[in-house]
Amino acid sequence: MPAVIRVEGLSKTYASGFTALKDINLEISQGEIFALLGPNGAGKTTLIGCICGIVNPTAGKITVDGKDIVADYRAVRAMIGLVPQELATDMFETPWATVNFSRGLFGKPQNHAYVEKVLRALTLWEKKDSRIMTLSGGMKRRLLIAKALAHEPRILFLDEPTAGVDVELRREMWEIVRKLRAEGVTIILTTHYIEEAEEMADRVGVIAKGEIILVEEKNELMRKLGKKQLVLQLSAPLTEIPAGLGAYDLHLGADGNELTYTYDTRAERTGITALLNDMRAAGVTFKDLSTMQSSLEDIFVDLVREKR
Amino acid sequence: MNIEAVRAIYGFEMSRWGRTLMQSIVSPVLSTCLYFIVFGSAIGSRISQVDGIDYGAFIVPGLVMMLLLTQSTLNASFGIYFPRFTGTIYEHLSAPVSAFEIVLGYVGAAATKSVILGLLVLVTASLFVPLRIAHPFWMIVFLLLTAITFSMLGFIIGIWADGFEKLQIIPLLVITPLTFLGGTFYSVKMLPPFWQTVTLFNPVVYLISGFRWSFFEISDVNVGVSLLMTSLFLAVCMAVAWWIFRTGYRLKA
Repeated sequence: MPAVIRVEGLSKTYASGFTALKDINLEISQGEIFALLGPNGAGKTTLIGCICGIVNPTAGKITVDGKDIVADYRAVRAMIGLVPQELATDMFETPWATVNFSRGLFGKPQNHAYVEKVLRALTLWEKKDSRIMTLSGGMKRRLLIAKALAHEPRILFLDEPTAGVDVELRREMWEIVRKLRAEGVTIILTTHYIEEAEEMADRVGVIAKGEIILVEEKNELMRKLGKKQLVLQLSAPLTEIPAGLGAYDLHLGADGNELTYTYDTRAERTGITALLNDMRAAGVTFKDLSTMQSSLEDIFVDLVREKR
Repeated sequence: MNIEAVRAIYGFEMSRWGRTLMQSIVSPVLSTCLYFIVFGSAIGSRISQVDGIDYGAFIVPGLVMMLLLTQSTLNASFGIYFPRFTGTIYEHLSAPVSAFEIVLGYVGAAATKSVILGLLVLVTASLFVPLRIAHPFWMIVFLLLTAITFSMLGFIIGIWADGFEKLQIIPLLVITPLTFLGGTFYSVKMLPPFWQTVTLFNPVVYLISGFRWSFFEISDVNVGVSLLMTSLFLAVCMAVAWWIFRTGYRLKA
């Protein structure tokens, strides 16, 4: 897929002297779901702010669909919808009025049928004439998505879309995002929830201390950096790992009742067959076994820890 | 030009005004009429005429101007401050809309509101005193120019302010005193020569004088100077607003 967003050498230093972004280079492909992961203060919101025109970059160049975000800001911004992290709404307005306002602000002529479609899709139609202040947190979050979609954007930024929402609503949000992607919308989301990225993203970017430390296809990332473990429940406890098994990456736990073998998923051979043979030779037997695979969260934590 | 955006901002602001009818329309018109009744009746019974004009009628242009200045400033400052306060300003900043279009929407709405209020006061005043407008065209010109200029000032205050208190400081502590001391209730010529000179440093004098001239063909300062000073103030406000958007002052990080 061709790149729809291209960020080159982007840096941002705030007036306070704090450098939020350092020489960021990033490409987002047309039609993908890109998850930007990073701890608090990593620079995720600043990066989104720079692309959407809310934050003035200190250096660098950003193009969207080949157009410069400064020189050609009208064309660029018309393509982008932004759902901010904070629940910023006009509390005295109604969903109907505020979504129509957003559409007008982005230069689109009134289209009540389309606004109705968006509100219905986000299950807000019944509340269209209620004051926003009376809506629940989840409804307000959906309303922000409706506002961002009001002008039919091709690219949607979701800054922590499920922060502070319950599990059911989170799954509802994921469903909405999937539907949008199916309609051809490119989606960039930032999240604290690794589970969210693991569930939805095509590609993952990890940002820490203002630097992109990794951008990778999610599946490839998990394959490359993921570790697998074979856990063996021993028939009889061991006091130490027998000398004949010293060549393996083994860990003895659970008071000597559990032997864990960590192996590389990329290796041509896992070494499991050899290990089991050597265990038999050493007189070590087991009553049960299971395997575990490291999650994206484990990979993320390892990456960020290395950065520190 | 993003006409739809200007229309959206303008419509949004006007509907907000309509929602708070009592506070936005009835209250300012009523308080101005109270000034008119109290000053016109109480003081008017002792000062029968100023420059050959009935005192009750003489103060009407000054009162309209006072209303125009305070309402333009307050409406425009609140209009742009509220999205900053609630955080919804992100939408304006990320929309394909230029600084000029944002200003046009907010300032246009604030100016429209204050012009409507000014006209309402004029109509109400005409029920109490014989009011004639010698130069209706220039009356409208002064009305519009002042409403736009002070709405621009209000817009700037709304961006500068970082709290509701600051939002009120300029209208209450600067504009209202300048209006009271700018010849709303008296002719500058009634003051001793020294204070006449001091008063000429008050920009509001030029607005009230020009506006009053359009009614009664009497003025404290030359009408051309009044027009020039108002236009100059408008130009300064526009330059400041342009600088704000160019630098992102208090809008962008």
